Amino acid sequence: MTPAEMVPVPYTWVLALSAVLFAIGAVGVLLRRNGIAIFLSLEIMLNSANLAFAAFAYRFAAGHATAAAALDGQIFVFFIIAVAAAEAAVGLALFIVLHRLKDSIDVDRANILRW
Amino acid sequence: MVTYVFLAAAALAVIFAILTVVPRNPMTNVLSLVVLFFAMAAIFAILGMDFLAAIQVIVYSGATLVLFLFVIMLLNIRKVEPFGSGRRWQAFIGTLVTAGIGAMILVIAGLLLPEHGAVLPGVAEVGTAIPIGRALLSTHLFAFEFITLLLVAAIVGAVYLGSRDDNDSG
Repeated sequence: MTPAEMVPVPYTWVLALSAVLFAIGAVGVLLRRNGIAIFLSLEIMLNSANLAFAAFAYRFAAGHATAAAALDGQIFVFFIIAVAAAEAAVGLALFIVLHRLKDSIDVDRANILRW
Repeated sequence: MVTYVFLAAAALAVIFAILTVVPRNPMTNVLSLVVLFFAMAAIFAILGMDFLAAIQVIVYSGATLVLFLFVIMLLNIRKVEPFGSGRRWQAFIGTLVTAGIGAMILVIAGLLLPEHGAVLPGVAEVGTAIPIGRALLSTHLFAFEFITLLLVAAIVGAVYLGSRDDNDSG
């Protein structure tokens, strides 16, 4: 079995899926008021960016004969996952503090910029 | 065959992305996001990126989302505001803008399409842990060490934020 028969998925399909997921995540960030839901929508957007990186890594693994481009795309995804983990830890700690102060995680209630 | 698996995973991803964003119950949102991440791991595996599929499941579904579940249970968040509550014009403009962004990206992807329809996969073993680990510890060593620094800073910040500073402890 040649490699072409193994993976017949066009990379633009992956890009299109990434666009759709990004739009869904952006709608969530803009329309939800609950902090956790906004955060989850943010994770969807980060993952759609990951998917775009993966799509281009997949595409450049193909034609240009250098495996380095494919590897770099995957390493970007690795770093994004690490940054997303750090962001989730800090953000959730912030929501715990907000809940302690306001007894709610509705972001509209975080309206006083002081302790 | 692989095409059908990809399409199934993509459909699953879109459905559960919507289920992550729309329902009111935060627990439903998080558990839908778990399914979405599994679908994305399947797509990574289809693209030949085994290592990414593994860390997508282990790090995202296993660690990050468990953190979300932990916080939801700790704060005892029940049902929250319905989707799109709040100012009506804000929801309208938000939907409009994101639909525009989505359409724009889809058009760009469509412009790229005639260039190469089906892409040949590259070197078969480029997606496994061995070349990625080798590149992380040679070419990208500085960024790799820097990400460890970032993680330490995030842990310290999270612990500091989470600690109660009522009177003595800081």
